[in-house]
Amino acid sequence: MGVALLLFLLSQVSPTFNLRAVDTPNDAGGSITLTWQIPGGLEHIDRLEIYRSESPEGPFEKIRTYLSPVTRFQDMGLENGKNYYYKVVITSGGETVESEIAGPVIARPQWFHKGRVTILFGVLIYTLILLYFIFSAKKGKELYLRPIAGLKALDEAIGRATEMGKPILYVPGLSTISDVATIASINILSHVTRKIAEYETKIIVPNRNPVVYTVTREVVKEAFTSAGRPDLFDPDSVFYVTDSQFGYAAAVSGIMIREKTATNLFLGMFWAESLILAETGASTGAIQIAGTDAVTQLPFFITACDYTLIGEELYAASAYLSKEPVLRATLKGQDAMKLLLGLILILGSIFGLFGITWFQKLF
Amino acid sequence: MKIIRVLSTLDRRIIFLLVGLGILIPLLKPLGIPENITPPVRDVYQFIDTLPPGSAILMSVDYDASVLPEVHPMFLSILRHAMLRNVKVIGIALNPAGVGLGVQAFDRISKEFGKKYGEDYVYLGFKPNFVATMLGLGEEIRKVFPTDYYGTPLDSLPMMKEIHSYRDIALVISFSGAGYPGSWVAYAYSRYGQKVAAGVTAVMAADYYPFLQTGQFIGMLGGMKGAAEYEDLVNKLLQEKGYKKPMPFAIKGMDSITVVHLLIIIFIILGNLGYFLQKKEVK
Amino acid sequence: MLQRKIPLFIVFVMGFLMTVQFYIPHPVSQTLYKYVLDWMNGVASMAIVLAVGSLIMHHWRRLKKPEFAPYSAVALVSLFFMAILGFFFGIGEGSLFQKMFENVQIPLQATMFSLLAFYMASAAYRAFRARNLEATLLLLSAFILMIGIIPLGYYIHPKISDFALWILNVPNLAAKRGIMIGVGLGMMATSLKIILGIERNWLGG
Repeated sequence: MGVALLLFLLSQVSPTFNLRAVDTPNDAGGSITLTWQIPGGLEHIDRLEIYRSESPEGPFEKIRTYLSPVTRFQDMGLENGKNYYYKVVITSGGETVESEIAGPVIARPQWFHKGRVTILFGVLIYTLILLYFIFSAKKGKELYLRPIAGLKALDEAIGRATEMGKPILYVPGLSTISDVATIASINILSHVTRKIAEYETKIIVPNRNPVVYTVTREVVKEAFTSAGRPDLFDPDSVFYVTDSQFGYAAAVSGIMIREKTATNLFLGMFWAESLILAETGASTGAIQIAGTDAVTQLPFFITACDYTLIGEELYAASAYLSKEPVLRATLKGQDAMKLLLGLILILGSIFGLFGITWFQKLF
Repeated sequence: MKIIRVLSTLDRRIIFLLVGLGILIPLLKPLGIPENITPPVRDVYQFIDTLPPGSAILMSVDYDASVLPEVHPMFLSILRHAMLRNVKVIGIALNPAGVGLGVQAFDRISKEFGKKYGEDYVYLGFKPNFVATMLGLGEEIRKVFPTDYYGTPLDSLPMMKEIHSYRDIALVISFSGAGYPGSWVAYAYSRYGQKVAAGVTAVMAADYYPFLQTGQFIGMLGGMKGAAEYEDLVNKLLQEKGYKKPMPFAIKGMDSITVVHLLIIIFIILGNLGYFLQKKEVK
Repeated sequence: MLQRKIPLFIVFVMGFLMTVQFYIPHPVSQTLYKYVLDWMNGVASMAIVLAVGSLIMHHWRRLKKPEFAPYSAVALVSLFFMAILGFFFGIGEGSLFQKMFENVQIPLQATMFSLLAFYMASAAYRAFRARNLEATLLLLSAFILMIGIIPLGYYIHPKISDFALWILNVPNLAAKRGIMIGVGLGMMATSLKIILGIERNWLGG
């Protein structure tokens, strides 16, 4: 009877750690992740220690001590392809409870990040949609594009500067070349420069980033050449100013006031300096067209500029300005993908309202 | 009618002058407009207020002098609060230009409450490559910061004996005028489940509201307003405990901001009055 | 022709490699990524030399034009003064370089930053007109936000600041996310067009 009771009691306090050791998923190897439960009955924990060994018999080496009831640990800096064994030891009120030994487990590097399957699918679907529209454009299918006021006004803005005999200021944003907004801006710069070559107007391109400077300079030079007017390229028109955000804002404000630019184009990535630039331009009476994907700066540009390209319109601009059907076709692809995403969002919301979760779990 | 027409076509220089005065006068002669406390600030305050004495928080100096007026008062107020509640504080700096600001703040506030270095607070200084630092702190602080700012090994500091990683830190607060708080969420919260709060400039606050909504920040101090609210809460606590109230830096700044907001509202009303008047005349 | 084809080829190969790299956690891919980052640093360092050269030449030429000469002289003198200070007298704590930075550069930057407050006032005064329904809605929400964000709003009615936060968190955030989705798709389309060589304007047309 006594023995049975003791066994019963032991089974009640018998620690079930459920210690699991697995190769950390989606990593470059060298890491094993441990998870366990704090056994029932252990209310207060003085110390929790994690041990590791290369053999189930030991010797076990203490690798980490915690003073709180932790249930997860990631062991790093391990050798790939080697067997490892783990155990967890908890000290609670003078009593020591040891977990079962977990292992053998091997750390391995992975060739595919499983957490990124959804992204991969999204990218593939989007790429296919874009390619479909590109190929159908190559077959000569006509596509209708909604006119964008800011881009329609571009010709007029360049023309006005020409009439007034004043230069055009082109600010390619304040970000680096890794920013897609900067690249989109550089694409527009190429169109603008070719237009300017027709009108023989002066362009000023001040740069904040050294790499962007080298690119804009080449683009302006090449665009003049491809428009058949290499003689119009003035090496002094594209220059580097400073890396300092507000130093740049000060310099460009100075250029607007001293050179009395008739048209200011702010296209690319902007931060807090956006309003300083746009307000100075507004005070000199220049026509201003801005475009950025920096959502927080959009309100400033909208209030102080004549036209503003909002978010994706900046990316669409190059395709709009070029008459190439293949480039314009990608815009249709974007719309199709947006429609698809919109449907997914609506479906997700409806399912969510009815408490159905499998759909959300797909993503 | 003529007055309205004049007022609705003010020269911008007059507007600038009025805004300048609106900022300057309250700074020289504070109006003492009482603060209302918004939920994101109250959440940070209550989290620290209810920590058991002896818990540790990490305060990261992720700002530099350019955003000092907004962010430094937040750092000082939260540090005061933590020390008042006997919460241990670890200071680090991820912005190299902010290291000195951290030293200054710890020196000043620890003196106010007679706190001891190494027992009640430590300052680990600057580490380059903030992503590696945020990740490293989840594994072992000593690997990232073998010594503190003054070159003392962490194991020689009594307070650090039981503090090894995020597991031993109740809250990380990132003070910044840039993107650091977002990185803290990406690396400390997402990878290690570390609780994160932020003290950011008003300009950046708009970007961080989504983090509050998703619970990735437990709370946030946004701009001068957030700083003033926290200052107000801590000042009340100081008074309760019989301490002298410190200089209400952010509260004073908030007076200026209130006046300028009202000025802008008046400008907008005037502009619209003029606009309607003009429309009527055209008709 | 080759001048065009080589850059397009490099862009295609690198664009494809870096896209694939994103899905591979293996050390091989990590090493490639680090290698590319090193290259980027190298390219950026060379670009700084070109950029500073352009800055000096630009202002040097302007010295000959009387209307620009004073500004360019200030720019050139400051550039060389700080460079000489840094090279010959160090940039450590307590150095003259550091003091110039703290007492000249920082206040100048803070001044430019603070101009924002003034410009916001004048822009709001000029542009916030109730021209049509949308503009009126914008005006009203701006009003509520401005009052709600300052303590005064709370004392007029406690719900005002809640409502202001609601505007920020619900309609504002929804619009923001909508724009962000469009931006994301635009970024991807632009990248894909460049990688596939359909978009060539970045080469100058």
